[in-house]
Amino acid sequence: MNANELMQSLVAEDRGHPQIAPGDTVKVHLRVIEGDKERIQVFQGVVIRLRRGGNEANFTVRRIASHGIGVERTFLLKSPRIEKIEVVRRAKVRRAQLYYLRDLRGKAARLKEKR
Amino acid sequence: MIKGMIGRKIGMTQIFDENGNVIPCTVIEAGPCYVTQVRTAERDGYTAVQLGFGETKPQRLTKGQLGHLRRNNLPALRYLREFRVKNGEVDVEEGQQIKVDVFEKGERVDVIGTSKGRGFAGTIKRHGFGRQNKTHGQSDRERAPGSVGATTTPGRTLPGQRMAGRMGNERVTSQNLQVVVVDPERNLLAVRGSVPGAKGSIVMIKPARVRRGK
Repeated sequence: MNANELMQSLVAEDRGHPQIAPGDTVKVHLRVIEGDKERIQVFQGVVIRLRRGGNEANFTVRRIASHGIGVERTFLLKSPRIEKIEVVRRAKVRRAQLYYLRDLRGKAARLKEKR
Repeated sequence: MIKGMIGRKIGMTQIFDENGNVIPCTVIEAGPCYVTQVRTAERDGYTAVQLGFGETKPQRLTKGQLGHLRRNNLPALRYLREFRVKNGEVDVEEGQQIKVDVFEKGERVDVIGTSKGRGFAGTIKRHGFGRQNKTHGQSDRERAPGSVGATTTPGRTLPGQRMAGRMGNERVTSQNLQVVVVDPERNLLAVRGSVPGAKGSIVMIKPARVRRGK
C-alpha cells in the first residue's frame, strides 16, 4: 500500500448523514455526556462553512441565541458524538463561506430558500 | 520476541476513539522487517539484533550489501538498523520476518528519527531567545542575540554561549508515545502525538525506556 492509501484506510466510515451545504438550516443532534448520564442536545442554525478532508472534515453552524447574540459552533462531520443531522431548509447562496451573515441581523440576515 | 521496528513516517491525522474523543496521531508504515544479523557478546562484544526494512531493487545496493543479505536469502533491503538486546537472550533467528504485531494497542513506545533540517537558524528559533523592540528608535536589531559576554573581565566570550548556527537534521527521540492503531495486514502503526522528521523519513520504534503518565 502506498502512503496515500494508508492514510485513507484510517478515515472513519461515512455516518450516513444527509449532504449538507452552506446556507442550509440544520438541526444537529449531539450526544452530550454529563457525569454518568448521556443525553441528546439539539443545535439548530445555518451552516456558514463546510470544510472537507477525511477525519478532519467539519462544519460551522450559526444561530441567533437570546438577546440577539450570535452563537457559532463547529462540529466534526465524522464525529461519533453527532447522533443525527437534519436539514430543515435549504437556501440559495452565492458563496462558500457565509461570513457576511455575522455583520447582518434581523431581516437582513435572511436567506432565500432554494426551489 | 525482540521488540523493535523500522518504519517510514507517512504523516499525521486524527482519529476518533470509542468515546468520540479525537486523538491526534502519526501514521507510520512499519515493517515488514527482517532479522538480517544477530550480534552476540562472544563475537561482537555486545548483543543486538540487526533489522532490515524497505524492499528495493537489487541494483540500488552495493554487492557487499547484497552479499550480507543473501546469507539469509533476504530480499534487497535499503535500511539496516541495530536494536540492542538488554538481558542477552536473543529469541529470534537470522532471516526471520518481524511484523507490527510485536506491538499492541495502548503500549508505550519511543520513536527515533531525524528531525527536519532548519538550516542556519538564529537564536530565537534555535534557542528560544526573546526578540528585541520593534520600535523605540530601534533599527535592524529585532532578532539580534544581544550581549554575548561581560567586559574586560573575562575579556572573552565564555564557551557554551548559545548563538546562531545549524539547527535540526539530527537524531531525535520522541519518548513515551501511546500506540493507537496496530494493523499487521497493512503494516500500519499509529502513535499518539508527533514524531521527528519529515513525511517519508525513516524512524525506529522501540518499547518506551521510561514510562510516564497513565
